[in-house]
Amino acid sequence: MSTETRKLDRVVIRFAGDSGDGMQLTGDRFTSEAAAFGNDLATQPNFPAEIRAPQGTLPGVSSFQLHFADYDILTPGDRPDVLVAMNPAALKANVGELPDGGILIVNTDEFSKRNLTKVGYDSNPLEDDSLEKFQVHKIAMATLTIGALEETGLGKKDAERAKNMFALGLLSWMYHRPTEGTERFLREKFAKKPDIAEANVLAFRAGWNYGETTEAFAVTYEVAPAKLNVGTYRQITGNTATAYGIVAAAQLSKLPVVLGTYPITPASDILHELSKHKNFDITTVQAEDEIAGIGIALGASYGGALGVTSTSGPGIALKSETIGLAVMTELPLLVIDVQRGGPSTGLPTKTEQADLLQAMFGRNGESPVPIVAPQSPSDCFDAVVDACRIALKYRTPVLFLSDGAVANGSEPWMIPDVESLPDLTVEFATDPENFQPYSRDPETLARPWAVPGTPGLQHRIGGLEKQDITGNISYDPENHDKMVRLRQAKIDGIEVPDVEVEDPDGNARVLVVGWGSSYGPIGAAARRVRKLGLPVAHAHLRHLNPFPKNLGEVLRKYDKVIVPEMNLGQLALLLRAKYLVDAVSYTKVQGLPFKAEELQDVLADVIKGVSA
Amino acid sequence: MTAIDLGIPGLTGVPTTDEKQTARDYKSDQEVRWCPGCGDYIVLNTMQSFLPSLGLKRENIVFVSGIGCSSRFPYYMNTYGMHSIHGRAPAIATGLAVARPDLSVWVVTGDGDALSIGGNHLIHTLRRNVNLKILLFNNRIYGLTKGQYSPTSEEGKVTKSTPLGSLDHPFNPVSLALGAEASFVGRALDSDKAGLTSVLRQAAEHRGSALVEIYQNCPIFNDGAFDVLKDADEAQRRIINVVDGEPIRFGREGEYCVVREGFGLAVAKSADVDASDIVVHDASDLNLSFALSRLSTQDLTHTVTGVFRRADRPTYDDGVRAQVGAAKAAKPADLSKLLHGKDTWTVVG
Repeated sequence: MSTETRKLDRVVIRFAGDSGDGMQLTGDRFTSEAAAFGNDLATQPNFPAEIRAPQGTLPGVSSFQLHFADYDILTPGDRPDVLVAMNPAALKANVGELPDGGILIVNTDEFSKRNLTKVGYDSNPLEDDSLEKFQVHKIAMATLTIGALEETGLGKKDAERAKNMFALGLLSWMYHRPTEGTERFLREKFAKKPDIAEANVLAFRAGWNYGETTEAFAVTYEVAPAKLNVGTYRQITGNTATAYGIVAAAQLSKLPVVLGTYPITPASDILHELSKHKNFDITTVQAEDEIAGIGIALGASYGGALGVTSTSGPGIALKSETIGLAVMTELPLLVIDVQRGGPSTGLPTKTEQADLLQAMFGRNGESPVPIVAPQSPSDCFDAVVDACRIALKYRTPVLFLSDGAVANGSEPWMIPDVESLPDLTVEFATDPENFQPYSRDPETLARPWAVPGTPGLQHRIGGLEKQDITGNISYDPENHDKMVRLRQAKIDGIEVPDVEVEDPDGNARVLVVGWGSSYGPIGAAARRVRKLGLPVAHAHLRHLNPFPKNLGEVLRKYDKVIVPEMNLGQLALLLRAKYLVDAVSYTKVQGLPFKAEELQDVLADVIKGVSA
Repeated sequence: MTAIDLGIPGLTGVPTTDEKQTARDYKSDQEVRWCPGCGDYIVLNTMQSFLPSLGLKRENIVFVSGIGCSSRFPYYMNTYGMHSIHGRAPAIATGLAVARPDLSVWVVTGDGDALSIGGNHLIHTLRRNVNLKILLFNNRIYGLTKGQYSPTSEEGKVTKSTPLGSLDHPFNPVSLALGAEASFVGRALDSDKAGLTSVLRQAAEHRGSALVEIYQNCPIFNDGAFDVLKDADEAQRRIINVVDGEPIRFGREGEYCVVREGFGLAVAKSADVDASDIVVHDASDLNLSFALSRLSTQDLTHTVTGVFRRADRPTYDDGVRAQVGAAKAAKPADLSKLLHGKDTWTVVG
């Protein structure tokens, strides 16, 4: 029988299984295959906070969603077209999002009575009619994998663990993916355990062959490579791009980097990545706590290095006092907050953008700090380089507000030409003639960076209020007022690019404003409503403090401004306060990124309301 | 910047000068503002007199402090200095020491700053053996907040916050530091300039973390806390000054000594014991150092001074730099190569 091949412009696949089933790895590999093939893509992992929640339970379900297309896409996709469910829990947790007619591939081996009962199935959904609206493929993946590995001599348990590669092989066949990369990857990953490597390769091929020989699949699909801009690409996650941006900033500024940090989800991968690049003069210190982490970073900055600390929301709460000290001592410092669901411990593995006001105001006193937020995984690179530029040029701590969605999500990245990156070199103070620790550059209002070891510049700094120019301790009321205003003026005067408005029709009366990781869903929703003939303008903010100089003018141009956020309206509050515009919030705080579909409806309603 | 090996391990890498230095060179232009009679003055003067003897370039010396009366110290030193935040000086100093091998970094802290709010950083700094000299001014009271009990105040201490007496059991800072794997621990009295200078010198020459506890009088909120140690007669019976390699005797004529008792140590009259039973101090012996720390009692019946422990152990900051150095030697810093990684694809027009 010949299999029909259908061409598609885009597909969303979701792999779902138990935390121990290797779904993240499976998704990652499929992503690499799609990248190697030249599709545009975006991914979204979703995993529990528990390392191993009880096996087969709903809280233990781990999934990885991948969207790939033959054109440039902005999001990991709202709903899967294909759901791979490795057990009843994965089915139950995800099937609600599979649209009617969607493809459902199920590992039947796990559908025992016990496992079904564990997640509250009274009857086996594979045997009743509850799944009849989907194209269901029931496959005994574990049994088939064990069978395929029979001759390897591997124990049943070890063999069964390769079933995720069986699933990957099958999907790779279905979507005409190249396979060499995955086989090479498996051999490298398990280089020290060649029998395991071979088992995984065999399972992967077994899955492929199953698709090709069983005649169970009448159709396979092709998604052609995307027409992306000319250049060399790689796949990258937000946390890796952030780490690379820091490495780049070190090279561009010719400074050593000292990362002082404490492990916390979802920021730890920045530490893991940077610790591999010591050859770039990067030191990583895993401190005893969050406070020590930033203290070490600030101490290093005082010594003339680029101090960096990385954390997530609860860690920022602990670091606040030291951020205040960095504001007072006016030293460069990069503070990375990979936001997660809050408050308190909140939802450690889920995403949210609810630390904006903490970043903006979460310190005692008037303590202004610039804020930079990346809009996508690959954008973390440019955004963090820019955050370092601000820190070094203006001698200030800078808050970099990434979040779980961009940190763990991945997409193709057009690798920049190193020569095109900005010059971040700094000048240390060296001239003892008329040296004053708190004199200021008239343009930037930055004070001199006078590092220990420089002859003749001995001076003392600290958290007590500084006398203007001399930096001596001062309790003088007028001086305090002046210094508060000077520190504010320095931050207000930071040069940031104007915000660009995307309004292809040029006649929009509604502006949607977002920041950070909601760029994808907002952008996708805007495209969709425009296709419906409803014009909308989209402005996305990378710089939250200070705001771009043209922002007020932009906001006032439109009849209606809508601000979708994964919080209860924090940016909207700032925009309303600063610009006196009647910005309308659309908020959702579920620990998950917005869906383009829901934002499409929201935007369409607003646009129709304005037109009416 | 040239790194010159002084032959003194603790200061290796810190540049020296041939210029003659005096105590005056180390005085900043800031007016010293401690209360009249504060022990901090004596420690400051001792430090300013002592530092010239190290012959270091003044610009390569940094004092980092936390918060509290003692933490004003950096303002009065004509070196680099940072008056940071409560309890965090060891962390900030760690970052500085890691980034800059050419600096002699000193931390000035008090019993509240180091042992209460900053206890975590203190123990981890000592454990890592970062090349820092930590001066712990212990006056057994909170001075800057006007007289609450501290983690070294005696049980039952009546203060503003404990009108019925403190219920807190105090730390023995030397025992704590030894328990935290400190490679150097010493103790001195603010009033004993010679003894303090000797301990400071040994601390400076030690490579690694050095904790020096300094008993320091607060004339306002805990006046006379150490008076029994400052009375010439009483001091003879109470102060046990230890010197590495020497038998531990004390008293005007050496009439008292330290002997082994069970797993610990005890004080005896020299006349009552065989000379061979008198313990010889060995600063590399952790068990002995710890037992000595336990001889010191909160009521000051006995107080051991001098250097309890001095052990050679790799320092954290040297190790960090060695790893970075090895990585640099092994692999060139090729940014473009890093950004490209292993898997790329090219879109052509």
